[in-house]
Amino acid sequence: MTTSPPETSQRPVPEPSPRQTPLATRVQRAAAERTARSIRGRRIRSRIVIGFMYLASFLAVLPLVLILFHLVREGMQSISPAFFSQLPAPPGDPGGGMANAIVGTLILISIAAIVGLPIGIGAGLYVAENRGTRLASTVRFLADVLNGLPSIVIGIFAWQVLVRPIGNFSALAGGIALGVMMVPLVTRSTEEMIRLVPNSLREAALALGYSEARTSLSIVLRTALPGIVTGALVAVSRIAGETAPLLFTALGNQFWSVALDQPIAALPLQIYYYATSPYEEQRALAWAGALVLIGIVLIISLGARMATRNRFGLGSGD
Amino acid sequence: MAIFRVPTFHPLPDPQVTTRFLRPYPALRPAVTFALGATTLLLSACAGADGGSGVFRAVDLTGAGSTFVNPIMSKWASDYAGITGIRVNYQSIGSGGGIRQLSEQVVDFGATDSPMTPAEEANAKGGKVLHIPIIIGSVVLAYNLPEVEQQLRLSGDLIADMYLGEITRWDDPRIQALNPAVQLPDRDVLPVYRTDGSGTTFIFTSFLGSTSDRWNAGPGVGKAVRWPRGIGLGGKGNEGIAMLVKDTPGAIGYTEYAYATQNRLAMASIRSAAGNFVPPTIEATMAAADVALESVPDTSDLKLSLINQPGEAAYPIAAFTWLIVYETPSDIAKARKLAAFIRWSITEGDDRARALEYTPIPPKLVDIVLDRLERIAPSNGAQSVAGAVTR
Amino acid sequence: MSEPLHPAPGIDIPLPPANDSGLSPRGRSPGDRLYRGATLAAALAIPLLIVLVAIEVFVGGWPALREFGVSFLTSSEWDPANGVYGAAPAIFGTLVSSALALLLATPLALGVAIFLAEFAPSWLRQPVAFLVDLLAAIPSVVYGFWGIVFLIPILRESVMPFLGETLGLASTPFFSGPAYGRSMLAAGVILAIMILPYISAVSREVLMAVPRSQREAALALGATRWEMIRDAVVPYAKSGLFGGIILGLGRALGETMAVTMVIGNRAEISASLFAPGYTMASVIANEFTEATDDLHLSALMAIGAVLLIITIIVNAIARWLVWRVSRERSA
Repeated sequence: MTTSPPETSQRPVPEPSPRQTPLATRVQRAAAERTARSIRGRRIRSRIVIGFMYLASFLAVLPLVLILFHLVREGMQSISPAFFSQLPAPPGDPGGGMANAIVGTLILISIAAIVGLPIGIGAGLYVAENRGTRLASTVRFLADVLNGLPSIVIGIFAWQVLVRPIGNFSALAGGIALGVMMVPLVTRSTEEMIRLVPNSLREAALALGYSEARTSLSIVLRTALPGIVTGALVAVSRIAGETAPLLFTALGNQFWSVALDQPIAALPLQIYYYATSPYEEQRALAWAGALVLIGIVLIISLGARMATRNRFGLGSGD
Repeated sequence: MAIFRVPTFHPLPDPQVTTRFLRPYPALRPAVTFALGATTLLLSACAGADGGSGVFRAVDLTGAGSTFVNPIMSKWASDYAGITGIRVNYQSIGSGGGIRQLSEQVVDFGATDSPMTPAEEANAKGGKVLHIPIIIGSVVLAYNLPEVEQQLRLSGDLIADMYLGEITRWDDPRIQALNPAVQLPDRDVLPVYRTDGSGTTFIFTSFLGSTSDRWNAGPGVGKAVRWPRGIGLGGKGNEGIAMLVKDTPGAIGYTEYAYATQNRLAMASIRSAAGNFVPPTIEATMAAADVALESVPDTSDLKLSLINQPGEAAYPIAAFTWLIVYETPSDIAKARKLAAFIRWSITEGDDRARALEYTPIPPKLVDIVLDRLERIAPSNGAQSVAGAVTR
Repeated sequence: MSEPLHPAPGIDIPLPPANDSGLSPRGRSPGDRLYRGATLAAALAIPLLIVLVAIEVFVGGWPALREFGVSFLTSSEWDPANGVYGAAPAIFGTLVSSALALLLATPLALGVAIFLAEFAPSWLRQPVAFLVDLLAAIPSVVYGFWGIVFLIPILRESVMPFLGETLGLASTPFFSGPAYGRSMLAAGVILAIMILPYISAVSREVLMAVPRSQREAALALGATRWEMIRDAVVPYAKSGLFGGIILGLGRALGETMAVTMVIGNRAEISASLFAPGYTMASVIANEFTEATDDLHLSALMAIGAVLLIITIIVNAIARWLVWRVSRERSA
């Protein structure tokens, strides 16, 4: 695919026949212009541009490396068992931890999963099984639209519907906001996984007398289940790091609280509050929190991938 | 398939096909484990929600408001919970936010450094609001000039001009005039102000308004004012100002004394009403309170200002913080818990206040406050004198 | 039956005897109806959610829109203290920071995508692709935190003085003013880093979808590698690449936390990139919990409504552009 052209200096330029495609014409004409110049010049230019591509890749990866490096360096300094077991200390007091925030995040993503997974998997099933229909295409398109809604707007929605009428901030409101954000991610991944199941499997089941529902659930869904679970876990890891929708739904809490109708602490919220704080102890804790959060995201995503990699014989390459 | 499923539009079906799915596998295990784990967490959450015993109890009282008092409120709440088991969750969102949350009856109490205006009091949905002073603090001008070792002296009109953009460099002659012995650096003056509805802003602008006519003609006094265009950085909460000043060389910002000392920010001495320069210390703040309380009528609504108190010892930018509560609360049990918490804070909590660089309210005021508390929740357990409200 | 079936080649699977359960392949049984109803309901939940979100946000924002009319969008007076709300600074800030982010991110993202799709050596391709995609997994608040602690000081101490004084750009309106560090420039840089993986991922897929024959034809006609990319691959994938860029724009428009933490939160329109600014998302994040009256809240929700419309339109355009590539190909 990437062999270089043979080394010839002069080529006769063929007359373009009327039936040639525009692409060939384009390339031919461009090449014809340039045969006058030395091939070496073109080669050099090609190398320069390719060099720029390498540079671009390096620059693209650089911020990531920097962020991870700083994260690990600062975070490892403040991580300790206390971080995982203690509550936040008042500002200015040393010590303390984010135990309630970690638990809070787990509760929030559980609520989000309960809300988002049924809808997402159901919608994914529908779209995958009714592929040709206009409704399915529209739903797929709208899933992408829903995915692109700014998370802060979803937070406003959750506040308007679940906080304002009830009168207090709650974990439930935060969890539902996150669940709404989960739906399009799960729908997309479910749909793709279901589509990968070969049709022959479905037809065989139907031919043997399975009902439609049973085919879809016991055969097709079950076959695609590892992939669906992977997609669900990746979606969960993605929303675990969301802060904006929680700003005015879950709000945050300095105590242990697992009540669903009360404000609840959450890891990204706590990181935000501490990151914008002047107190050095709190900033150090924020680094630890950021490290833990990235750790959770990575572990869930990688773990999901690893767990299903073995099922699939071939590794999935890009 | 990328590991981190970047939510992209996949324009093409994955061409890889089939053989992988024809192997048997115990596929349900991860899904079931996840579901069981989630269910367990949820069930324990529900078990805790009804106030069951143990560590997962709900919070007893919620309050919100002034970031000015967040350090001491957090400390009181945390210590009080340790002593009595009553949990007070305080969210530091700014005085304006606290007033609003109380008006909407989303919280049990609010905290504000700026007394409620008549319009705000009319808007409060739960009836008449009581202002209970619980602590005194001072607003300091914190600045970040790594090159300057001595404490700067500033006056109200100078500060006003900095925030108005009239003074833009630190080595301006007017600043130099007040600080002849100091080698001022050639840096931009970067004022920092509050973007949220803030009682601290109210205190600060009250002070500026009392010393600078230009300020009165321009932004004026209030919890949130029209800061002059093109000037300065906005921060949220006292924490935000302290953070911005700490991070930005050349910055100057107004914040509560505790925030400045705890973050080791340099603070300016301010010219008092008497003309001398008073550094912001606890003694100076107390002096301001003592002068103001010399004559307080019994019927006072306790919305006292401590700005620019006369005398050489009084720090000119001192202020109360009030807890705002409804005089006729709808939930008597909660009102009793709240009153007990307030009683503890102003009587037992004063050593913690001092440790955190706040000024506790003077004894004379403590008596008045305890008296007022009897109105909303008598400590002998009787019904509220003003009459309990049943809804 | 606990195992999925394995149709082995060459073996006839006998048809089942006709049973009398009344089942037809199209599923008239209650189980089938329930299943189809359930999946249909789930599918319909998606447009329903979009509509609900839009309704709630618009209903919440209506009082402010009614109060200020068109001037809500055009007035640059954002003054909560006096109850005057004009969203122009926020809208301006969103557009400028997103445009800057696109400007910075697109060349890099396209470069990475071409690199990965065309001539990365195979041992390098997986790790680099993995790392670039990993950028998308970092939460926004972590970006903001890193920005506060590391990016802002670098900008304030090195980049801004370099641009302003060394390059002499301080005389132009775009690089004037004191160097706070927190600025539109900081927001643009952070956003660029955040949207880079999205543009890169879509571009990579689109480029990899260009048929091999195109490339081979170009090479056979005498093109160098770069010329092949420029003249054969990129034009073919053009609308998909453009769609990826617009997708990046869509994400930049809605980004909240990282921007709030580095932009300085000043509600003013300024030509200078060094000046602090505001974006629609950050004004909501900053002021929502402390909005002191209903009009303020309503104004914030109205800004949310405007943001919603803009992002929906941009994302729809992106989706359509990328979709066109797949349809062209299969046509």
